[in-house]
Amino acid sequence: MIPPRFEYAAPKSIGEAVGLLKSRGGEAKVLAGGQSMIPLLKLRLAAPALLVDINRIEGLDYIRESMGFLRVGALTRVATLGRSALLERRYGALHDASLTIADPLVRNLGTVGGNISHGDPSNDLPAVLLAAEGELAATGPSGERTFRAEGFFVGTFTTALAQDEILTEVRIPVPPHRSGGVYLKVEQKVADFATAGVAVQVSLGRGSECAKVGIGLTGVGPTALKAKKAEEAMLGKKATDRKAVEEAGELAADASSPASDIRGTEDYKRGLIRLLVARGLERATQRARRGA
Amino acid sequence: MSQTHHVVVEVNGVKREADVEPRLLLVHFLRENLGLTGTHIGCDTTNCGACTVLLDGKAVKSCTVLTVQADGRKVTTIEGLGGDGKLDRVQEGFVAKHGLQCGFCTPGMVISAYALLQEKPHPTEEEIKTAISGNICRCTGYESIIESVKYAAKAGRRRKSPGRPSGRRS
Repeated sequence: MIPPRFEYAAPKSIGEAVGLLKSRGGEAKVLAGGQSMIPLLKLRLAAPALLVDINRIEGLDYIRESMGFLRVGALTRVATLGRSALLERRYGALHDASLTIADPLVRNLGTVGGNISHGDPSNDLPAVLLAAEGELAATGPSGERTFRAEGFFVGTFTTALAQDEILTEVRIPVPPHRSGGVYLKVEQKVADFATAGVAVQVSLGRGSECAKVGIGLTGVGPTALKAKKAEEAMLGKKATDRKAVEEAGELAADASSPASDIRGTEDYKRGLIRLLVARGLERATQRARRGA
Repeated sequence: MSQTHHVVVEVNGVKREADVEPRLLLVHFLRENLGLTGTHIGCDTTNCGACTVLLDGKAVKSCTVLTVQADGRKVTTIEGLGGDGKLDRVQEGFVAKHGLQCGFCTPGMVISAYALLQEKPHPTEEEIKTAISGNICRCTGYESIIESVKYAAKAGRRRKSPGRPSGRRS
């Protein structure tokens, strides 16, 4: 398959890239890792007049903790997340998710920023950000804007980013002591879209009760979803409290609106959400006890 | 902006220059412009991995990379492994352990396995399975491929890797 014709530019700076996006209005698109964009071009589902390749821009590939946040540059490859000892130790949900995205070949090129700004409800990182109360920084013609993850995912393939804004950094608050996160995903085969996925982030209080809970859902709605009622139901409760965990699973299943398709029926996917939320709460709590 | 872009790509250690349309996929550049038909096109939809090559030392699907993105970078294809008439140890492994039947997926499988052994010379079986999970084989059932990679890893313990490609390791 051959993509439609397009013009191509590979600017060296964010400012230049933003200028190109602005000058071409809705006709220009950003090319990051290309692992969603190039298939879309080949299938002719997208036909931008100009592709702005941001891979030649330096300084957008990093993983570091500073000023209370884990900061990941938008051009960081998904494979790099998977190799990070820092993530494995302290950002379990992000680390888990990075190992389940697509396949190792795609992960070598696919970027963190692309996975998020594509706005695909089946992509894995949005649910992690929603669970972990993440933030996103983007640069546009009038400078930098910061978004909360909640509210960023507006609709299927639509985010809060303006057409001439480029996502530059993803932030997750450094979790307090005794916190843990996990990402669980069910897929029919490697590299398929998630049948369903659940991100859970917990911080434990003195009695091992949940002092803070975040739950994000993948692939069961028009966007990644934050299961707020399920989060609230677990506050002050322990992951060993079966009734509370069941209730949280039920509320998360209620919050989802999956479509019946080749991967499963609506009922089956809601069932998966119940199961993954329960399992996620248990495993995130185990990790929190280890201080992960 | 011109319709074509001038690119210089180092392919298997040799600098190759061309004027290409931005939409030209790397796999088409390799096969049609350079005649390197060892890299196969299987699904053409980023699923099967038959088109796997090394881009700056990392295994990627060349059907999902634009040639213009490879400008100034290093590409290693199946033709670039081994050398001086000798097979790379990964290729030897596939011969010794019958890691192929029809052979269509083999160039991609070998490149993925090669990239794994560059990063992890002594992989576990799980690591081998993960490393080739982006490459689909419809013949072997994968068992013999896993055995082939194990054989190559053992061969690497006996001697240093012969055919280290020009791809940068990062």
